[in-house]
Amino acid sequence: MYDVIASLASGLLVGAIYGLAAIGLTLIFGVMKVINLTHGAMIALGMFALYFLVSVAGFNPYLSLLPILAGGFVVGVMVYWIAVNRVIGSSDLMSLLATFAVNMILIGAGTALWTTSPYNVNFSLPGISWHGYTIPGTQILAAILAIIIAAALYGFLYHTRTGKAVRAVASNRQAAELMGIPTRRILAIAFGLGIAVASASGALIATLFPFTILSGGSYELKSFVVTVLGGLGNPAGALLGGILLGLIEGGVAPFVDVSWTPVIEFTLFVLILLAFPSGLFRIGKGR
Amino acid sequence: MRKFAVNALIAASLVLPGLGHAQTKTLTIGFTTSETGKLNADSKPQLLGFELWRDQVNAAGGIKVGSDHYKVALKYYDDQSSAGRVQQLYSRLILQDNANFLFSPYSSGLTATAAVVSEQFGKIMITTGAAEGKTYKLGNKDLFQLYTPADKYLKSALDVIKAKDPNAKIALVYSNDGFSSAVAKGAAAAAKHMGLNVVFDESYASDTTDFGPIINKIVSSGATVLIGGGHYADGSTLARQLYDKKVKLGFISLLVAPDIPKFASMGKAAMGVTVPSQWEPSVTYKPDFGPTPAAFTKAFETKYHSRPGYHAAGGYAAGLVLQHAIEQAGSIKQAAVAKALNHMDAMTFYGRIHFATGVADHGLQIGHDMVLAQWQKGANGKLVSQVVWPSAAQTAPIIYPLKKFAQ
Repeated sequence: MYDVIASLASGLLVGAIYGLAAIGLTLIFGVMKVINLTHGAMIALGMFALYFLVSVAGFNPYLSLLPILAGGFVVGVMVYWIAVNRVIGSSDLMSLLATFAVNMILIGAGTALWTTSPYNVNFSLPGISWHGYTIPGTQILAAILAIIIAAALYGFLYHTRTGKAVRAVASNRQAAELMGIPTRRILAIAFGLGIAVASASGALIATLFPFTILSGGSYELKSFVVTVLGGLGNPAGALLGGILLGLIEGGVAPFVDVSWTPVIEFTLFVLILLAFPSGLFRIGKGR
Repeated sequence: MRKFAVNALIAASLVLPGLGHAQTKTLTIGFTTSETGKLNADSKPQLLGFELWRDQVNAAGGIKVGSDHYKVALKYYDDQSSAGRVQQLYSRLILQDNANFLFSPYSSGLTATAAVVSEQFGKIMITTGAAEGKTYKLGNKDLFQLYTPADKYLKSALDVIKAKDPNAKIALVYSNDGFSSAVAKGAAAAAKHMGLNVVFDESYASDTTDFGPIINKIVSSGATVLIGGGHYADGSTLARQLYDKKVKLGFISLLVAPDIPKFASMGKAAMGVTVPSQWEPSVTYKPDFGPTPAAFTKAFETKYHSRPGYHAAGGYAAGLVLQHAIEQAGSIKQAAVAKALNHMDAMTFYGRIHFATGVADHGLQIGHDMVLAQWQKGANGKLVSQVVWPSAAQTAPIIYPLKKFAQ
């Protein structure tokens, strides 16, 4: 029984980080209908940014989140203007290919610079031990920070003029433009925010596990699952979806061989999609 | 007389370089290496080993074959850690690049793919970094394995457990790739044979990054020691999370990862972790040919400014063994060199090399033994890798049980 509770607790904590990672993806999709295939690479860049800030420059890992969020935003805005802006409004495949190309550039450059050998941020915090099971302090703090960043983003979107403009563009871009909202600039801001959040989630993951330039890939895949679970374009749903995915992973792990976890996870995913095609947390929100 | 001397000098300057040129030929050895992809960290030291051997052979005038000398040229491509690329590139190495001999890629999985191609074209391939025994039991004729086969990998770790705590509860946790699964299967059988108690036996996906769920199960099983792992990425992550989660284990032995020098960068998480090793710089083998372990280590450190692990030593040894076979054969013909390899039973800096020659397991390595190394705190406070088993080869006593997790 203790093992199930410990496993669910671990799942809950790691799920909050899945949720934060997925918010970046779903925000970009919600606003500009672009499936951002640079997502995994941006998560990995967040990991490396933390590594260099902590291990080389000697920064505190959690204070490093602020420059990583700012840097992620700047990189996101740049990627938007360079690769995405001109293909917005054309076929979905064009934006998919544009972001895929940027992803390949980033992964290729990252591999050349840092190889695919794992990097490790040597940092730990006292955790909570209970009946032989320990939850590291880094994992608890990472989950709390993930929720704080998600809440801050939510506050920005709902309580600031720019945030409201982002939601207006997401809701109806043409109408927003007619109301005088500079939609191109808002799209760039939304892309920057999505990348900033993805980078921050990568930085939080780097406080927990060793990583390589390819590590973002598995979180990108989970982000897609979480995004669909939570409802495409719904940041709050993404956070809940992430926590749900973490709980599923934690819940099934004590009962089956862990290599079966993805099989069960994706089977549940398909079943949920069959029952709720718009995502679990879209209920009552209309189409 | 003066005119004759001048003419003789002119004639000599025209003819002698020509003669020299006729006698120095090039021997091309083809292989792929994982410059990118998940096997990059394990594959790179192997490449450095190949290159050090090539440079030393060429500096000494090349491989002597009868009256000829062959300079070694390495022709290699990045396989991106992908079996699909390996299949294409080994065909290319044989058909377009006209490689005389082949080395294997790194890892059992990629080598199994390369072996299909090398056997199809009847090219000798010396395999290194490829321990899974299954590939050598398929009737292959031109495949020769340097590594101790996978099913014997954890034997030394089990010997330690048997000697130190025969009642230990063993958790066998391993990556679900072919090599690691073969190692685990061999270890489970050996543990049973030795009367040891395996209380937990489970695999994980090789790209696992969060070991939380499986670590919780290790705790639930009541295991007191852990053996298993896979390659560098998963092994180092598992070691880090075992430390972060303060799992009370008296002994940890992981495959591959702790043998990569970078493993020590994990600090306390690396302390005390053991690795079954094909080779360590401190071994004291007396070679029949080639450098001593100390001479190899010094040459490697001089060239690359880092200490060689067994992947690097395996790369160098692959070249050395092929060179010796060619020199013994006095020919670069495949049949003659294969015959020399089949007859080889020799001691090298890397250990004893002897290949099985039966139909059922041709090319399987049956001469080489492994040691167990452990990360321990050195005199300057930094972590150093010490050979701790068998006692005859030991450079430091084994730390058993580990104290670091009992906080």
